[in-house]
Amino acid sequence: MSSLAATPSASTSPNYFQERFGVDHALVTRCLSAALSAGGDFAELYFESVTSSSIGIDEGIVKSASQGHSLGCGVRVLSGERTGYSYTDSLEEDRLVHAAKTAALIASGPAKQQVVPFVETQVHDLYPVIGLDAEIREKLALVQRADKAARAYDSRITQVRAGFNDELRHILIAASDGTWAADTQPLSRFSVFVIARGADGVTTRGSGGGGGRVKLDYYATERTPEHFAQAAARQAILQLDAVAAPAGEMEVVLGPGWPGVLIHEAVGHGLEADFNRKKQSAFAGLMGERVATDKVTVVDNGTIANRRGSLNVDDEGTPTRNNVLIEKGILRQYMSDKLSAKVLGLPSTGSGRRESYACVPMPRMTNTYMLAGEDDPADILRSVKRGLYAVNFSGGSVDITNGKFVFAASEAYLIEDGKVTAPVKGAMLIGDGATALKHVSMVGHDLALDEGIGTCGKRGQGVPVGVGMPTVKLDKMTVGGTGHGAGN
Amino acid sequence: MATTKRVKLALVQEIVERALRAGATDAEAVVVEGDEFSTKVRLGQVETLTESTSRAIGLRVFHGLRTASTSTNDLSEESLKRLVRGAVELARITEEDPFAGLPDVDAYSSVRDAQGLHIYFEDVYRLPAAERIEMARATEAAAMAVDVRIQNSDGGTFSAATSYKAMANSRGFAGEYRKSYCSIGVTAIAQDASGMQRDGWSSGARTLAKLESPEDVGREAAKRAVRRLGSRRVKTQKASVVFSREIARGIIGNIFDAVNGDAIYRHASMFEDKLGEQIASPLVTVVDDGTMMLEPGLGGFGTLPFDGDGLPMQRKVIVDKGVLQTYVTNTYTARKLGVKSTGNASRGLAGAPGIGAGNFYMEAGTQTPREILAEVQNGLYVTEVLGSGVNLVTGDYSQGAAGLWIENGEFTGAVEEITIAGNLKDMYRNIVAVGNDLIFRGASASPCFRVEGMTIAGA
Repeated sequence: MSSLAATPSASTSPNYFQERFGVDHALVTRCLSAALSAGGDFAELYFESVTSSSIGIDEGIVKSASQGHSLGCGVRVLSGERTGYSYTDSLEEDRLVHAAKTAALIASGPAKQQVVPFVETQVHDLYPVIGLDAEIREKLALVQRADKAARAYDSRITQVRAGFNDELRHILIAASDGTWAADTQPLSRFSVFVIARGADGVTTRGSGGGGGRVKLDYYATERTPEHFAQAAARQAILQLDAVAAPAGEMEVVLGPGWPGVLIHEAVGHGLEADFNRKKQSAFAGLMGERVATDKVTVVDNGTIANRRGSLNVDDEGTPTRNNVLIEKGILRQYMSDKLSAKVLGLPSTGSGRRESYACVPMPRMTNTYMLAGEDDPADILRSVKRGLYAVNFSGGSVDITNGKFVFAASEAYLIEDGKVTAPVKGAMLIGDGATALKHVSMVGHDLALDEGIGTCGKRGQGVPVGVGMPTVKLDKMTVGGTGHGAGN
Repeated sequence: MATTKRVKLALVQEIVERALRAGATDAEAVVVEGDEFSTKVRLGQVETLTESTSRAIGLRVFHGLRTASTSTNDLSEESLKRLVRGAVELARITEEDPFAGLPDVDAYSSVRDAQGLHIYFEDVYRLPAAERIEMARATEAAAMAVDVRIQNSDGGTFSAATSYKAMANSRGFAGEYRKSYCSIGVTAIAQDASGMQRDGWSSGARTLAKLESPEDVGREAAKRAVRRLGSRRVKTQKASVVFSREIARGIIGNIFDAVNGDAIYRHASMFEDKLGEQIASPLVTVVDDGTMMLEPGLGGFGTLPFDGDGLPMQRKVIVDKGVLQTYVTNTYTARKLGVKSTGNASRGLAGAPGIGAGNFYMEAGTQTPREILAEVQNGLYVTEVLGSGVNLVTGDYSQGAAGLWIENGEFTGAVEEITIAGNLKDMYRNIVAVGNDLIFRGASASPCFRVEGMTIAGA
């Protein structure tokens, strides 16, 4: 899986910052030395250049288009478990050195650490490298197609908004431990939002979208504007006839793909190493213990080609990995960045990520999913007497410390006597991370990853992630609706 | 700073001129600059220290009825050329929107000078670094001193920030302001045989002089974390729900989102076609005021001289004794709805302006929180909600919740891992009591209130 990134053109060279801004080994060494001048034991420069564009259609009119560029460098200095951080939006040497000296002040004493000679990191080659500017008219045609397809789906679709966002991110990480890693990361996302109005005046909404680290032709061949538009329209039309969600504890079946947000919230965040080294996580001290039934294996895999959550190298210059977090129900591993790895005496798992050069890196997820089991999805549904079948979610969140998590269903149905029946209005599901997966009694053979729409927020920083899972049955989960409970 | 300020205002005016010369029929530019300092002290040791400055420029251009925007944080000449050329080229690709355009010239006449609003205080950076760290340390120490069950924390924090914004457009508007903010806070982690719980508290202000003391902030965080220990679940049932003011302001904030002119013209709001109608209990009066002073000489957290279109901020009553009075609009959505802008444009660096609140709040009622709780036979006092289960199109509301259970007017222990659900349209009508405890800890605020008829789902 590991190989050096290809260099198809000058603009995508791993030497981007050297060619454009003269950032070479000598300059970086001078800056890192300034960062270590007050006695820090590790220093790091994170150079980032992001070019982004967006185009949107709204009420059948391409009302907006925008382009943006941001450039900067963040300087981090570690002294024990202490972090000093400063950033600059100019790559002039005097500004870099000023930021380095500011970050240096986390330590106090004479310089003691030298900069180790740089060794270029071998990074993965998981995505193509593409420019943004040339295809603006193609992108315009894509959003126009989505608008048309959503309106054509059903005459009750009254409003359509579709947008295409993409960015190209160049990064260079250089650190006093000899790290020198560069990457060029494309990312794009299609989104469709619709409103439907029924004959009785009932109004509903639906959304669809997806993307990844892909070329524009992905949207012409694999996931078309029509695909996303119809998904959004179908959801809104279905909701026109939805009944109130039930309330109370019941059997819950989660469909494949995006419902994997359960894994992300219930166990993913709780297994990030920073929360555990600070003993703030409900999972702290549970390493090697059973946290799920033996049908449950969960991985965080940053190495899948073209996925939204994938990275050739993390934001600390460590190549990403396929990390097994839970193996047949037993907790095996935390996700770690360099700092937590050092404190815990473990290797980094390639999980150090940050939103931008203005942010301190921390342990984050990439693509987090439950592996496939052996059950037939149809058998899983047939096994439920009365419960909820949730196939799509708008998102979730978790309190790391007590382990309580929620996730909100945007498309769900009642299950009655083994059959999927009426659609229900958005229901909230709530559970406890350390016990929820102990109720997993059936796992389908239909593992799917989501379409590429997730952005995970932690301590104010958003990063793109993926989730996934097969069809899964939980014997007991609390559903927060307004209707009658399953037992009534 | 005074000299660089004028330079920045001249820069945005120059960018507007350049866009016009490049073929734009109208243009608007904005420069944003900021400084930030923040530190976190955990278990008595400095954990992070961040200090930085940033700046960026954004441009919005019109080509007739077509529009586009660009932004950059690279203020080099080459980059500014790209900014202007890129915007003008993009505006030829987008389509004509009959409602697009800058505000009319006469709309700017009453914009106030930022000086009189008192939203900038130099003192937020007055403290030397060691004293800033001491503020964070003292806040955490105060939390950890309250109870032996608090042996861990997510750290005490101190932060300070100032920002500057200059904006100009081709219709003759030019304005600028600075604002300041500082805060202290702490997240305490309490633990006993029942498990771990976290909760936090913070105080923010425009000036150091108005920050609450580290002792008070720490004590409140500790009290909130400890009272969650031993949380239990309750049976699924219908019961009274009292929203603490921290949570109440989010429920009231949903009114702002639902009267947002953008949602109204898209037919995506439960309050479309409801002007003049009773949408809430007569106890409910909701105001958005972008001009508010917290006291003489101190502007509100959401007080600014002009909005993202350059129009003066205003005060308006949105719901008067339960009756919906107005939608909130920016220039674009006002044109779509055939009304005058309410001065609620919010502008980022790039893209079309959105809609944002000034100081948004529900007016205080007459009962003390204790009186409101005393009237509850069986119900939930909500101190935390979790999740994103609010649908402003239908009003459907379902959120994870935690809080204190109430029986016969008294708290009987903490509850968690439950959900509260209802429909916002019913919830606003079923507000049966409103507290007298309105206080501004940020740009939005609400007193506590009691709602009848919600479903609590649990064990």
